[in-house]
Amino acid sequence: MPRLSGSLAGLGLAGSLALAGPAVAQDYSGVTINILTRPGPVIAQRLVERGAEFTAATGAEIRVDEVPFAELFQKLLTDWATGTNSIDVGVIASGWAVELVDGGLVEDLTPYVEADTKIDIDDIAPYFREFNQKIGGKTYLITVDGDFQMIYYRRDIMDELGLEPPKTWEEYRTVAAAMHGKDLNGDAEPDFGSCMFKKRNAQSYFAAMSIAAAYVQTQGTGQGIFFDPETMKPKVDNEAWIQALNDYKANGEFGPPDELNHDIGDTRALVQAGRCGLVIDWGDIGPLSIDPSGAAIKDKMGAAIMPGTTRVLDEATGKLVDCTPEICPNAIDGINFAPFAAFGGWSGLINAKADPKVKQAAYDFLSYVNQAAQSNVDVTIGWTGYNPYRNSQLENTEPWIAAGFSPEFAENYLGAIKASLNSPNMASDIRIPGAQQYTGVVLDRELARFLSDEITAEEAVANIAAGWEEITEDLGRDAQRNMYELSLGITN
Amino acid sequence: MAAPAQTEIDRPGRAAPAGVVVGRGARFSEWLDRHSAQVFITPAVVMILIFSIFPLVASLVIAFSRIRLRGGAYQIRFVGFDNFAKQIFGSEQFHFLGTFTTISPLGWVVALAATGGILWWLARYARSRFTLLGFLGRLITAAFGIGLAFLFAATLFSGNPFGTLGVTLFYVMVGCAIQFAIGLGLALLCVQPIRARTFFRVAFFLPLMITPIGVGYAFRMMADTSKGPFAPVWNGLGLRDFAWAADAWTARAFIVVGDSWQWIPFIFVIMLAALENVSRDLVEAAEVDGASGWQIFREITWPQILPVAATVILIRTIEAFKIVDLPNIMTSGGPGIATESMTLHSFFSWRALDMGQSAAVAYLLLFVTVIVCVSFFNLVVLGRIRQA
Repeated sequence: MPRLSGSLAGLGLAGSLALAGPAVAQDYSGVTINILTRPGPVIAQRLVERGAEFTAATGAEIRVDEVPFAELFQKLLTDWATGTNSIDVGVIASGWAVELVDGGLVEDLTPYVEADTKIDIDDIAPYFREFNQKIGGKTYLITVDGDFQMIYYRRDIMDELGLEPPKTWEEYRTVAAAMHGKDLNGDAEPDFGSCMFKKRNAQSYFAAMSIAAAYVQTQGTGQGIFFDPETMKPKVDNEAWIQALNDYKANGEFGPPDELNHDIGDTRALVQAGRCGLVIDWGDIGPLSIDPSGAAIKDKMGAAIMPGTTRVLDEATGKLVDCTPEICPNAIDGINFAPFAAFGGWSGLINAKADPKVKQAAYDFLSYVNQAAQSNVDVTIGWTGYNPYRNSQLENTEPWIAAGFSPEFAENYLGAIKASLNSPNMASDIRIPGAQQYTGVVLDRELARFLSDEITAEEAVANIAAGWEEITEDLGRDAQRNMYELSLGITN
Repeated sequence: MAAPAQTEIDRPGRAAPAGVVVGRGARFSEWLDRHSAQVFITPAVVMILIFSIFPLVASLVIAFSRIRLRGGAYQIRFVGFDNFAKQIFGSEQFHFLGTFTTISPLGWVVALAATGGILWWLARYARSRFTLLGFLGRLITAAFGIGLAFLFAATLFSGNPFGTLGVTLFYVMVGCAIQFAIGLGLALLCVQPIRARTFFRVAFFLPLMITPIGVGYAFRMMADTSKGPFAPVWNGLGLRDFAWAADAWTARAFIVVGDSWQWIPFIFVIMLAALENVSRDLVEAAEVDGASGWQIFREITWPQILPVAATVILIRTIEAFKIVDLPNIMTSGGPGIATESMTLHSFFSWRALDMGQSAAVAYLLLFVTVIVCVSFFNLVVLGRIRQA
C-alpha cells in the first residue's frame, strides 16, 4: 500500500495547517477531485493509475478529464475565471500558471508544502523546486514532470562512422549529413540524418527556442532570452534569432520530406522505428527506447546536452560576436551552452475556489504523485511522459537499469540530464501572463511561415518582435515587465 | 361590414352583453383569444432571441472589444473598429488578406482587366434598366469584386502569399466547382438503368454520413507518403521525397480532395432526385427526333434541374465558407498559414483567448459570405432561371 505524504497524520500537523484550511484528515471518503490535463496516455494515464491507488488509500475519487493540448490552458482559465469551477486541479505547463496566479485563481501551496513531511522537497532539483514550482517566491505548483530539451543520437551508427556527439549546430549538420540516406534500421530503406518536429500549432516553437537560447543567453539564467528586462522590448529581432531559425530550417535538409507536418508524436514514431540519426526531444526518448515499441533502438541511443555555439548575441548591436571568456563566462571549451527548460514540465495546481477539503485532498494527491516512491518509478516508463526532476532520480542508475536501461545508457542519459540541469546558463521558458500568446501563437505562426518559405528569417523575427510588442502593450508594459523580472530572479 | 360581424360571432370569448357578469376565467380567455397570435409565436421568438439574436449581438460587442479573463470577472475594453482595422490595415493584414509588396506587371494586367470588366458591367446595367436598389446591390458586388481582383493581383499574381480570405475563397470556388461537376456526373450515371444502381446510390451517399473529423484523419493518414497505407504506392511512383503537406498548393489541393470526397454525395443525392423528376416524355420525344445526348442534356434536362442546381450550389457555398475541420486536422493550417481558412483563423484566435479578433474575423466571414452568396443568387441564378 503506498504511503501518502500529503495525508498529514498528526494532529500537530493539522494544527499547523489551520491557517491554510480546515483540519486535515486522511479519510477523504466522499471527496471527488476533478483534474484537467492533456490527452493520455502521456501524463493523463499515470494520473489515472496513481489516482486509483490514492482512492484505495483515502477514499477520495480522482477523475481525470482530458482536452487537446492546444485548448488545455484556455479551458482551465475559462472554467476558473468565469466562476464555473468544475475543475479542482489543473496539470499544465508551469509557465502557464503565471497568468492564473496573476488572476488570483490558484491556491498558494506554500503552507501545504511546509507541513508535508513526505514530499522531501530538497530532493527536487533546484531548478524545478525554485523555478518550476514557485511564482513570486511562493509555491503554487507541484511538479510531476521535469522538462527541458536535449539531443539524442544513434550511438551505434555514430560509433560505426567514427563520429562524436555534436556540440555545435555546425557539427550537428555534419553528423546529420553523414548519417542521412543510410539504412539505420536494417530495412534496406534509406533513413534520415535528423528528425525535428516542425508542425504548426504543435511543439515546433519549443525547438526553435531551444536552438536560440545558446545564441542569446550567455550570462546565466537571470539574463533571459525573450525581453530586455528594463524596457520589456523583445530581444528577438537580431542576428541570434535569425541564425537560430536558419539552423532549425537547415536541419530539414537531412530530415523526412514531410517534416513540416510532423508533430512530436510523428517524430517519436520515426525515432522508435529506428529511422532518425539525430533528434531533439525532451527526456522521453530515453525511456521510449526501452519500450517494446522502440525495439529498433533499444541500447542504440545516446543523449547529450543541446548543442551550443561559439558566436553569441551582442545585445547592444544585435549582431553575433565571437565568444570570449568575458562575453561567454559559462562557456565550456569556448562553446556557449544554454539548455532550454522547454515547457518547464507538467505540474499540478489547485483551484483557489475549490472546497477546502478538496484542496487538501488534491494537494495530498499531487504530493503523492511527486514523491520519490512513485515518481522514481514513473520517470523510467516511456509512455507516462514523466521525465526526471528529482536528484534521487539522477544520482541512482539502479531504477533505470531495473526498468531496462543498459548501465552504459543509464549513465549517459542521466549524465546528459545532469549536464543540462547543472548548467548555470540554463535558459528559462517564458513565464509571464500571455505566455501562450507570445510563443504558442505569434512565434509559432511566424516560425511556420518561415519554415514554409512564406517569409525570410529577417521578416520572421521582425514580425515576432512586432507581435510581442502588441501583446505587451495590450497586457500592460509595466505589469509585464514586473512579472518578467520576477520570473528571471531565480537562478540555479 | 359583414365580415367583422361574422368574426365577432365566431369568437367564443367575445364581450358579454350588457348586464351579464363576466368571470375572471372568461376575461382571460378573451384576452388569450385576442392575443393568440402573439402567444403562439412568442416561444419561437424567445428561442430565436436566445439562441440567434443574443449571440449575434454579443459577438458584435465582443468584435468591438478586447476581453481578458481575470479572477471572477471579464475585463472588457471597448476598442472601436481596432479589431477590424487590425485585419485589414494592421498587424494581422498578412494573415487575413496576405503579404503585399509590389504588384507585378501581370498583377496589374489582371487587376485592371478585371476592374475594367466590372465597371463595364456596372455601366451597362446603369444604362439599361436602372433601379436604385439594384444599382446599390451591384455597386457592393462591384466594389467587392474589384477589391478581390487587386488582392489576388498583389498576392497570387505577384508571387506573394495570400491570407485566410484568399484560402477560403479557393476552397469555396474550386471545391464547389469540383463537387458540383462530379456530383452531377455521378447523378447522371446513377439515373441510367444500370446494374447495381441501388448499390452505387448507397455507396456514393455514404461519405456524407462520416464526421468531418474522421474524414480529416483518414485523408491525412492516406496521404502520408512515408508511413501511410499508400506509402508503397507513393514509393513505387518515385514520390518518396514528395511531401504534399510541405507545399502550399499541394496541401490546399489535398484538403479540397478530402472536402470533395465528403460533400460530393450531398450534391449527388439532391441532383439525383432532381434528375429523376425530369419529364421522360420530353427526353423520349427528343430521342425520337434524333437529338444527341449532349443536346438533350443542354436543352431539356439542364433547364429543368437548374433551380435545384442553383439551390444546391448556394447551400454548398454557404457551407464551404465555414470549412474548418479538414485544414485543422490535416495540416493545422500549415505549411505556414497556407491552408488556414477564415473559420480556422477565427478559431485559432478564440483558442488563444483573443476573443475580440476572433469575433471580428467571424463577422468579416459573414460579410464575405453574404456578399458572395447574394451576388451569386441575384446576378447569376435568377438571371439563368428567368432565361430558362
